[in-house]
Amino acid sequence: MNKQFHDLHAHVLLQQRRSFLNRAGTGLGAVALASMLKQEIVQAAPGTGQAGVLKELHHPQRVKRVVHLCMAGGPSHLETFDDKPKLREMHGQAMPESFTKGQQIAQLQGRELKCFAPQFEFKKFGESGQSICEQFSAIGSMADDICIIRSMHTDQINHDPAHALFNTGSSIAGRPSMGSWLLYGLGQETENLPGYVVMTSVGKGGQSQPIAARQWHSGFLPSRHQGVQFHASGDPVLYLNRPNGVSFDQQKQLVQTVNGLNKQFDNVVDDPEIATRIQQYEMAFRMQTSVPELMDLSGETKETFENYGTQGGDGTYASNCLLARRLLEKGVRFVQLYHRAWDHHGSIKRSIEITAREVDQATAAFLKDLKQRGLLEDTLVLYGGEFGRTPMAQGSGRDHHIKGYSMLVAGGGVQGGTSYGNTDELGYAAVENPVHARDIHATLLQQFGIDHKKLTYKFQGLDFRLTGVEEARVLKEILT
Amino acid sequence: MRIQSLAFLLVLMQFSLCFVRAEATDKIDFNQQIRPILSDRCFSCHGPDAETREADLRLDLQESALGVISPGKPQMSDLVERITSDDPDLQMPPAEFAKPLDQKQIDLLVQWVKEGANWEEHWSLSRLDRPEVPKTKQNKGAGHPIDAFISRGLTKQGLSFSESAKPHTLLRRLSFDLTGLPPNFKKVQEFTSDHSDEAYSKYVDELLNSPQYGERMAIYWLDLVRYADTLGYHGDQVRSVSPYRDYVIQAFNNNKPFDQFTIEQLAGDLMPDATIEQKIASTYNRLNRASAEGGVQPKEYLAKYSADRVRTTGAVWLGSTFGCAECHDHKFDPFTTKDFYSFAAFFADIKELGIVSGAKHIELLQVPTTAQSDQRNTLNSQQQLAQQKYDAQTPELTQAFSDWQEQIRNSKETWNLLTPELVTADQGTTLTIVDDGSVLASGKNPVKETYRVTYRLPETGDSDQLPLTAFRLEVVPDPSLPAQGPGRAGNGNFVINAVEIKHADQNVEWASSTGSHSQGGFLAEFLGQGNKKGWAILPHIGKNQHVTLFPKKPVVITKTAETKAKTVSLAIVQTHGTEHNLGKFRLYVTTEEKLSDLYLYPKPAIRLIIQTDISKRTPEQVAELQTYFRKHTPQLAAARKEIAGIQSSQKKLEASIVTTLATKAGTPREMRILPRGDWMSLDGEVVEPAVPHYLPQPEIKDRKLNRLDLANWMVDRSNPLVARSFVNRLWMLFYGNGLSHSVDDLGAQGEPPTHPELLDWLATEFIESGWDMKHLVRLMVTSQTYRQSSDVSAIMRENDPYNKQYSRQSRWRLDAEIVRDNALSVSNLLVQQVGGVSVKPYQPAGYWAQMNFPKRTYQHDAGDNQYRRGLYTHWQRTFLHPSLLAFDASAREECSAKRERSNTPLQALVLLNDPTYVEAARVLAQRILLEAGKSDEARFTWAWHQVLSRNPRAEEILLLNQLLQSNKKHYEQTPEDALKVQKIGLAPVSDQVNPVELATWTAVSRALLSLHETITRY
Repeated sequence: MNKQFHDLHAHVLLQQRRSFLNRAGTGLGAVALASMLKQEIVQAAPGTGQAGVLKELHHPQRVKRVVHLCMAGGPSHLETFDDKPKLREMHGQAMPESFTKGQQIAQLQGRELKCFAPQFEFKKFGESGQSICEQFSAIGSMADDICIIRSMHTDQINHDPAHALFNTGSSIAGRPSMGSWLLYGLGQETENLPGYVVMTSVGKGGQSQPIAARQWHSGFLPSRHQGVQFHASGDPVLYLNRPNGVSFDQQKQLVQTVNGLNKQFDNVVDDPEIATRIQQYEMAFRMQTSVPELMDLSGETKETFENYGTQGGDGTYASNCLLARRLLEKGVRFVQLYHRAWDHHGSIKRSIEITAREVDQATAAFLKDLKQRGLLEDTLVLYGGEFGRTPMAQGSGRDHHIKGYSMLVAGGGVQGGTSYGNTDELGYAAVENPVHARDIHATLLQQFGIDHKKLTYKFQGLDFRLTGVEEARVLKEILT
Repeated sequence: MRIQSLAFLLVLMQFSLCFVRAEATDKIDFNQQIRPILSDRCFSCHGPDAETREADLRLDLQESALGVISPGKPQMSDLVERITSDDPDLQMPPAEFAKPLDQKQIDLLVQWVKEGANWEEHWSLSRLDRPEVPKTKQNKGAGHPIDAFISRGLTKQGLSFSESAKPHTLLRRLSFDLTGLPPNFKKVQEFTSDHSDEAYSKYVDELLNSPQYGERMAIYWLDLVRYADTLGYHGDQVRSVSPYRDYVIQAFNNNKPFDQFTIEQLAGDLMPDATIEQKIASTYNRLNRASAEGGVQPKEYLAKYSADRVRTTGAVWLGSTFGCAECHDHKFDPFTTKDFYSFAAFFADIKELGIVSGAKHIELLQVPTTAQSDQRNTLNSQQQLAQQKYDAQTPELTQAFSDWQEQIRNSKETWNLLTPELVTADQGTTLTIVDDGSVLASGKNPVKETYRVTYRLPETGDSDQLPLTAFRLEVVPDPSLPAQGPGRAGNGNFVINAVEIKHADQNVEWASSTGSHSQGGFLAEFLGQGNKKGWAILPHIGKNQHVTLFPKKPVVITKTAETKAKTVSLAIVQTHGTEHNLGKFRLYVTTEEKLSDLYLYPKPAIRLIIQTDISKRTPEQVAELQTYFRKHTPQLAAARKEIAGIQSSQKKLEASIVTTLATKAGTPREMRILPRGDWMSLDGEVVEPAVPHYLPQPEIKDRKLNRLDLANWMVDRSNPLVARSFVNRLWMLFYGNGLSHSVDDLGAQGEPPTHPELLDWLATEFIESGWDMKHLVRLMVTSQTYRQSSDVSAIMRENDPYNKQYSRQSRWRLDAEIVRDNALSVSNLLVQQVGGVSVKPYQPAGYWAQMNFPKRTYQHDAGDNQYRRGLYTHWQRTFLHPSLLAFDASAREECSAKRERSNTPLQALVLLNDPTYVEAARVLAQRILLEAGKSDEARFTWAWHQVLSRNPRAEEILLLNQLLQSNKKHYEQTPEDALKVQKIGLAPVSDQVNPVELATWTAVSRALLSLHETITRY
């Protein structure tokens, strides 16, 4: 960065080293300290740097970054990636009770259940000939790079707990999200940006589902691992901008003074937290430049804007996709986009048309862009919602549905042009190779080189892990 | 081998944690050293959970364990053979368990068997007895009991207490710990000159007696019980529970005994003759997250709420982790699934709904302030008086009543039917003029439609002009219409959204309207108000109905008018949109004046009564007539106005009274064990309320237990967990960590206490003092252990990195709320009002954009409420205030017994840029300029005193002075920037300060408020 900061930083490092030596004492003491440090690793005591707790990986690492394109609201699998000719045939007829008896139902409780045909045609895309709804032809153009999972299922039939389950593995609040687990395990690579960034967008095709900040919270893990939300308007990161009437240089000097005073006080009290505090002020100051730089799209080409279908800066999903690529380029480990427009209880045909326009082109452009820049091979891309929608009609729409839905996976180590699992002939339940969020979690960690059973954190007496206590499976079949 | 062991031993000696030393000399301590290993490495398969138990072996029970252990004979113990074996078929734990024993653990287990495999009950479940206070050489049995226990441990380790903290550090620590606020610098000076035990003790009492003590303690309790202002799920709507928060603050301030505090929260509503305070306390049971999402299945969410209460109550009072037993028996503690649902059954009497949308809350208990109660009483008596006046029967009224009836009998309304001349419909309905002056619709029935009819007006006759005072649209049934009409909708209904009349090119403006009958939500009155919701008539279809419309000014027709002024054109606008069009109608006019006067022109039903012979009127009719008369007679106009005024005040008052979600008991719901937590299952056994089977049982045997029994059982002397858990947590508040570090889990997986006897002594002292919380706090903060310096020497860091022996105090960053309170306090912005509804400090725009149902925008408070303590902040569970969140405040969705203390760039951004802190710095700067003297040095010193309770060091001033000088230069050159700084925050700027100076010193204050020392308790 700038020289003054370099000097300050060097001074702090020197100071730390000196303190370290003072604290370490004799050779034998150093051994004891090492064992103490080891204990800290196991217990994840508050650390200072950006490193994660894992000293070595359990498997070879296939990906360095992950992006989760969360289609919030519960996208219908039947109008996106899971065509059901039999359901078309049975349109308007009663849904066979053998499917629905004793199953959970949300808003259709106590109503007559009738089959509702997929509202669009499906086409074959790519050399692989993957079957995808015609409304998503741009995503279709990337069919050979995508694995479609058609056998997702979940336990939670309402939005909030279902998102919690997908993000944290549990519908109980207070558990860390998958991004936080990754940072906890592996640390972050970025020095000027958070390691876990979240952005949201709204659409015109459905009610905007509320998304709680809990969805990207670190739960019981140290809160430095929580996701940081970037905003399209106002301060891109909360409290990032300096106060009115304060210039860049003044703010810089202020931070330097604070750190200088902190350092002097450390000389008196010898408190390791102070060195950390100094680092945090430096990082905060760097973010005041690096975040606006990141959000500034003036360096992007006209072609890029056209590909994504946005001019940027407007908070749309397309604009967020473009920002996501920039974040991934900078080494941000986990990027999560929420498009809050998929809750289509009524008028699903029209709603899908609208939402497809918001999502299809941008998602495809994003994938292509990652591929062209060579990022796709070590980035894992997850695309999908918190649940699917019923094969039964809810007026002209569909209700929440948990027994079967679809999701896309692409990027590092994933076999493109393939599909995995299937729902039954009416698209009701995942019957072939069912996949649960925890299987996705296990797979995600695996791609990062982590055995999901070995990344744990002790809380309330238990060794918690992202995949929880139920059996979780790495989806080896979809990996290269 | 030998060399290795030697090196190992050397390391251990250096490491010198207590158990390591103990190993060499003392016998192995089962609870400290063995149980944690068995629990962590063995219980998963050989523990309490029958479902996953292997080989029918339980290592959590001595009897079963003795099947594989021969005390004193390691070589004959299967356990030893298995844990030392290299054979993958024999080795325990098996490789796939992924949590192998390390050599140290194996050695310990072998040594333990060798020493006779001594077994003890788990420490937190064992009977709570009062240990003797140790007699040490120093205290000779006297002195502070805490110090006696601690110094015994220190002596054993060859350690000693640190020296006392410096007076200013100590007072600052004490003040933050007991009130969450920094000390006033005058107090610091006083204490620096006299820091005797007496002076210290005096400050302790002063702080304990200040109202801020309760606020500080409440912060922690509210984390435990997960107090928040919103529902937490999905739309995260607001609900009012702030009286509960204030109850907690008062309970701490009034030193309510902890047993009472417990009983009131769990079962205040069930206490005999429950007071309003006790009912407020019972809000505890309603603090769970709840959902108002459409499509929620009530039964599923009732199961979620129920499980939430079990988890929380288990965590708050018993320090236990019950959550996992919702699906399976606890893997480490003896808590079973049956225990879980039996515990849940205690709360099955709480009346509540699965979907908690807006108005559907059960039991909104009003909590009036004293002033509100007084006002309520005053209004009630005023209302009674006014009502008496209104009800009084006087000869004048009797006369007027009779005159009035006579008048009505003789009066009649004259309505003249108008003749239609021209009819059209915008969307193609066929309109036909019928002989009786009506217009009938047929043919196409469009989604929306407007009918237009021109009517000839009556002649003026003898008069020169005729004022038309009202129009009446009559809707008429007809056999050609669905369900006889008068509408064309399938059910005979219609919706008229507007009636427009044009006369002489002028639209007639309506003053009001009234109808013969209106459907709920579709009132005839809307037409006169211009409300486009419209008029409809369900369920009274198939009959004539009418709406009367009164113009603001009469429509005047004159004898000499031109032709076009002799007609009116009517438009009936129907925009409801579902083919709800009118089928048949007629239009009338009248010249009667005062037709809208309901006294002179009563509604048809009243007119009917008046026309009925007095002897034939039913008692109901007599009463109805009397009521109507009183409601409309001019003689009672004043009395009516008075009552209306009082009622409006009452309504306003009632709406302003804060409510809380108190617990309301009903018939308990049936409680079943839900296999693997499946709420749809009816396969599980039905269970009755019961406390966990492994704890001392209540003595009541002859009836079903209830919530009040549970509450009493919690604080029964025989309960080993409640006092231990609470005391352990209090210790954490004043020493940084619990005596058992795992304040959230006193079970097998938790950490055993470093000083079990001290913990038990404190717990029994707590109970025997009558659960006296302040007594316990006073004990903790008056010990030498508490008053030590928190400085850490290299040796200390090496010997006891986690300060488990308390040879020094601990240091930590202040809690989120207190970081805020401190800044407001040193700038004098803090408004010290205790209690009240939650408040809204500044918050970045758009932070709530994610929320929906409904969408909302954040409006920060102005005035005093902007400067309240952090604990009063509106607690939005899904989007907690970002400043608080940055400093690790809990979102309070689940019980939180210990907050993380992170150190992040976001915290730096908050301190640097959050307007709350910039404003506090600006106001502090103003204080510096007005109160600290003229010289820069005097000002630095004064600022240091306020913010850090100490004198600045020379090198610190040097650094800060550079900041001062360059800012001074900057603002002198750009005074417009100085004015911008002045505008940050709502607090007014004194006209006695120079803007450039103010901006300059604001920079200095910002630096001070951002220091690590400022937000740290040393």
